[in-house]
Amino acid sequence: MSSSGVEVPTRSGVPPVAKELAKSARKRSRVRSVGRDLWWLILPGAAVYLYVVVVPTVQGLQAAFTDWSFATVGAPNFTGLENFTRIFNSDAGPAVFRTLQLAFVVVVGQNVIGLALALLFNGRVFGRNVLRTIVFAPMVVSSLVVGYLFKYIFGPPGVGGVNQVLAALGQGPVDFLGNPTTAMVIIIVTILWQSIGGNMVIYLAGLQGVPSELEEAAALDGAGYWKRFWFVVRPLLAPAITINLMLGLIGGLKIFDQIFALTNGGPGNQTQTIATLIYAYFSQYADYGRSAALALLLAVGIAILSIIQFSVLRRQERNS
Amino acid sequence: MKTTGLWSRFGANLTAYGSTLLFLLPVYVLINLSIRPTDDLTPPVIPSSRPTFENFITAWTTSPLPGSIVTSLIVTSISCLVVLVIGTMASYPLARSTSRLSTGTFYFFMIGLLLPFQLALIPLYIQMRDLGLLGTVWALVIVYSGVQLPFTVFLITTFLRAGVPLDYEEAAQIDGCSPLMAFWHVVVPLLRPALGTCVILNSVGVWNDFFTPLIYLSGSGQVTIPMAIFQFVGQYTTNWPLIFASLLISMVPVLTLYLLFQRYVIQGFAGGLKG
Repeated sequence: MSSSGVEVPTRSGVPPVAKELAKSARKRSRVRSVGRDLWWLILPGAAVYLYVVVVPTVQGLQAAFTDWSFATVGAPNFTGLENFTRIFNSDAGPAVFRTLQLAFVVVVGQNVIGLALALLFNGRVFGRNVLRTIVFAPMVVSSLVVGYLFKYIFGPPGVGGVNQVLAALGQGPVDFLGNPTTAMVIIIVTILWQSIGGNMVIYLAGLQGVPSELEEAAALDGAGYWKRFWFVVRPLLAPAITINLMLGLIGGLKIFDQIFALTNGGPGNQTQTIATLIYAYFSQYADYGRSAALALLLAVGIAILSIIQFSVLRRQERNS
Repeated sequence: MKTTGLWSRFGANLTAYGSTLLFLLPVYVLINLSIRPTDDLTPPVIPSSRPTFENFITAWTTSPLPGSIVTSLIVTSISCLVVLVIGTMASYPLARSTSRLSTGTFYFFMIGLLLPFQLALIPLYIQMRDLGLLGTVWALVIVYSGVQLPFTVFLITTFLRAGVPLDYEEAAQIDGCSPLMAFWHVVVPLLRPALGTCVILNSVGVWNDFFTPLIYLSGSGQVTIPMAIFQFVGQYTTNWPLIFASLLISMVPVLTLYLLFQRYVIQGFAGGLKG
């Protein structure tokens, strides 16, 4: 926490020996004395957490192995892995691949551009606070609204902003969102435009912790800009990098709003990701079992990938 | 990083302003198009020759936006308050007790950070339907209170462990304060920075959330702002000036607050996301 401004008062009036004694006495008793009687404070939170998150999640896990749907009367039947084989025989295979691809590109883009902007705005740039405020602003706006904004900008020929500019310049039209490949690129651009400010801000907070003396010393020793960045700044940024990569990955795998607004999975289901497919199975087909199976897939995927990422990053953090 | 030399400073400024302009371009298009009469078909980058506020008036009067702002305010404020209260309460024993049960409970809460909400979605939907809460703001309040809890507990617990020394509580207890009084009068005021971060992150998250109301409010008269936008866009698919006017209206409250408190918001995000 960078913003914690808790002041510790100095106890200058107490003789050092008494201080030591008090310290050792406290060490033994503090664990018991403070907070333990208040264990019941946890109850309301625990009850809400159990009711809203834990119990429905466990029920969702079970539902993934049943034929539960809108039409089900009474208890749904246990169908084993049928939901999984069915989803993989239809749309889920490509959607899994696409989700991973999207998350990967988004994470790389967020971090490369976010770090570059942070380094830029950490330097001597005139009015840098105003610029930071502008770049961060999309973070507080609804992703759905941002999605619709970019849907117009990259809209079909005759409608979309970019296409009107292209036409005015005498260039041929491009149906950005009508082609699966360009549609994915537009989805990525939209997400990056909105989220990079957040990554930048975390890197900026990390850069505050890099002492300028250290950099000056390296500069005196003859290290150039890149060498200083790589050997002095980068190791000190390791915690910020870890957070950005972790949050980017978890967020990237769950992206829904922007895709929903831009393409709604189209054209021809070619921009569906796991998150949008879950909703499609839920709302279009009311097929709760398959929807839950997909959600389970997403949960397991997120858990595995983030545990791998976390342990790798921790090891690197320790080494550097 | 220090950049020496006039040229490199000039280059840095140029790149900084260039990239900021790139960020502003979509916003410029948004504003430019929303003040343009519907029959004006010049390219969106050219400033409108006949600016009009017609679109804003039409968007305000024909869309569900006015009511949705009230709904969003209610949902955001109640669920943020609930999360803050139960989250702070739960975090205190979790941070202060070193028993194995307490550590286990903390990790149990942290699992919630990883779980995608979609897994709990349908059972909770059925639950809300059976309780008759579907289509009401209470379904959203309950869902958000649970979903935002793990992150809030995480923030406050780590803040308590790292930033609030035990000495104050002990001093208060030696002076005859009950544990509960010490918590309320000593610990909670010290938590202010962490609570501020929680309020910012939770309220921005709830305010902008689209997926949850899409499920729990759909088909009802109640809509939050993102839902109102969704319905309005569905209704006027090609009338972009009108749609953009509604998008701008929807952005005004959150952007105003952001610009007023931008230092705290940015600090809150950086601090909160850093954990």
